[in-house]
Amino acid sequence: MLNIQNLHVAIGEKEILKGLTLDVPAGEVHAIMGPNGAGKSTLSYTLAGRGGYEVTAGTATLNGEDLFDLSADQRAAKGVFLSFQYPLEIPGVPAITFLRTALNAQRKARGEAEMGAPEFLKKVRAAATNLKMDFDMLKRGLNVGFSGGEKKRMEILQMAMLEPHLLILDETDSGLDIDALRIVAEGVNAMRAPNRSMLVITHYQRLLDYIKPDRVHVLAGGRIIASGGPDLAHQLEREGYDRLVAEAA
Amino acid sequence: MNAPVRIDLRDASTFPTRRDEAWRYSDFRRAAPNTVALIAALAPPAPGGPFGDVEGEELAFANGRLPDGSSHVDITSAGGVLRLRFVTDAGEGGWQAGAAVTVKAGASLLLLETYEGTGGGYVASASLSFHLEPGATLERIVLIDEPAEAVSASIAKVTLSAGSSFSQTVIATGAKLQRHETEVVHPGQGASLRLDSAYLLGGARHADLTTVVTHAGAGGETRQITKGVATDTARAVFQGKIVVATGADQTDARMRHDALLLSDRAEIDAKPELQINADDVQCAHGNTVGALDDAALFYIRSRGVPEAEAKALLTQAFIGEVMARIEHEGAREIVEAFVAARLGSLV
Repeated sequence: MLNIQNLHVAIGEKEILKGLTLDVPAGEVHAIMGPNGAGKSTLSYTLAGRGGYEVTAGTATLNGEDLFDLSADQRAAKGVFLSFQYPLEIPGVPAITFLRTALNAQRKARGEAEMGAPEFLKKVRAAATNLKMDFDMLKRGLNVGFSGGEKKRMEILQMAMLEPHLLILDETDSGLDIDALRIVAEGVNAMRAPNRSMLVITHYQRLLDYIKPDRVHVLAGGRIIASGGPDLAHQLEREGYDRLVAEAA
Repeated sequence: MNAPVRIDLRDASTFPTRRDEAWRYSDFRRAAPNTVALIAALAPPAPGGPFGDVEGEELAFANGRLPDGSSHVDITSAGGVLRLRFVTDAGEGGWQAGAAVTVKAGASLLLLETYEGTGGGYVASASLSFHLEPGATLERIVLIDEPAEAVSASIAKVTLSAGSSFSQTVIATGAKLQRHETEVVHPGQGASLRLDSAYLLGGARHADLTTVVTHAGAGGETRQITKGVATDTARAVFQGKIVVATGADQTDARMRHDALLLSDRAEIDAKPELQINADDVQCAHGNTVGALDDAALFYIRSRGVPEAEAKALLTQAFIGEVMARIEHEGAREIVEAFVAARLGSLV
């Protein structure tokens, strides 16, 4: 599924990722944990194709296809989905229009027929109900005036509609109270599938109580310095990052 | 205030130049040829035009002439819908025409005014006047769609009466030089005024949206927004002036101009002006010119929307506020579709 080899990424003159290697097989959920400034957001933006992140060495492939050859929208059509830590507000574009535009743009890029309005509406209504979202919210400007929890739910709704192969969750728990966290995590868990992988990027272990990872990786100083099973997250919660970082140095 | 400009195409000395303060960003004399021959009449166009789907009466000028050969019409309206069309098909020469519209007391008129040009480097000059009797309502929607080589000016004088309501939405797409000017005398006395516009400019097109509102009496309200997009080497001009005369207390006037500059070589000149000679008033103006938000653009692209489509979506959303304020639903939908198509070809 996702294979990253010796990835080096710079923002301007500053190198942030310094030889990151990671393999996420199909159907697995991998967590990336790490201290502030480790390069967690850089990794997610680089995979999603944001401008300003320069890949100076290394490769990233999704199902064997080189991601860095593709633009952000082409990557999305191939199945990459980044759930933003801070989803943007887009005034004047109703969420429902945005969703349908995105869905049909992806289908067009893949050479599939557009989804008609009745089928789309049925699908989006069902997805909104699952996430306990008021359908009327989808008629408002995308994320405009939404609370932190509503914005994250909107991200999960987009995910459910777009059905990506690779989910990258960037600090999805930030700004969520415990009830919102549970609803969002249930939405993510419902997306688990044999042909879908997830990269859960988080600062805290808390989210991993709700979204259980198969593997946990520690990102520090631009590299993966330790990998293990779910227990590694608990160990980090108890001991902090310092000891691992010191051992890796 | 400058002396009113009255352009007579037969006399180039009447063409305003940048030495006229009100025309400093739009040099009509420089854009127009030195001599402009009045062009031959054109066969009346088939009824309809951009607003053909809105049921109503129609008056169509073809190369500046009505079917009876005249170039000026006086209209007294008891309400309803009027499509006022200026249809041009000419590669050179010019026309000048006009209309004086009175909306009777208590009546409500929807005026759908279109400039439908084909051909090329013609010069067009339209002079209009609108008078609203007490309690009258006029919604004026202006759609200007002209060839890139054309030079045109449309100048309207509007007088309101007590309790009347005038709403205007102008959509300008530019030409070699395209000026749309509205001058309103506002008596206060519960009259209300909305003056909105949008410009959508690409290529080397130039559009100039100029308004002057004079609050002459107490208790008047003005709401004004202009939104625009300029790309390539296009040039947009927004001049909005609000004058509050002595004694026009309790005036409440707000004006905004917000623009997107989508290319390094496009230019936007904005000149908002408030001239306040009364004490007890609320007046505000705001002006911004910026680029599309990169973060928002990336967010949309990360969901699979290609760059050009993402830009069009954001730009359309930006301009959308202007169309949302159009009161007549059928007309609003037509304007929205026109703007969407135009933006799709610009960004």
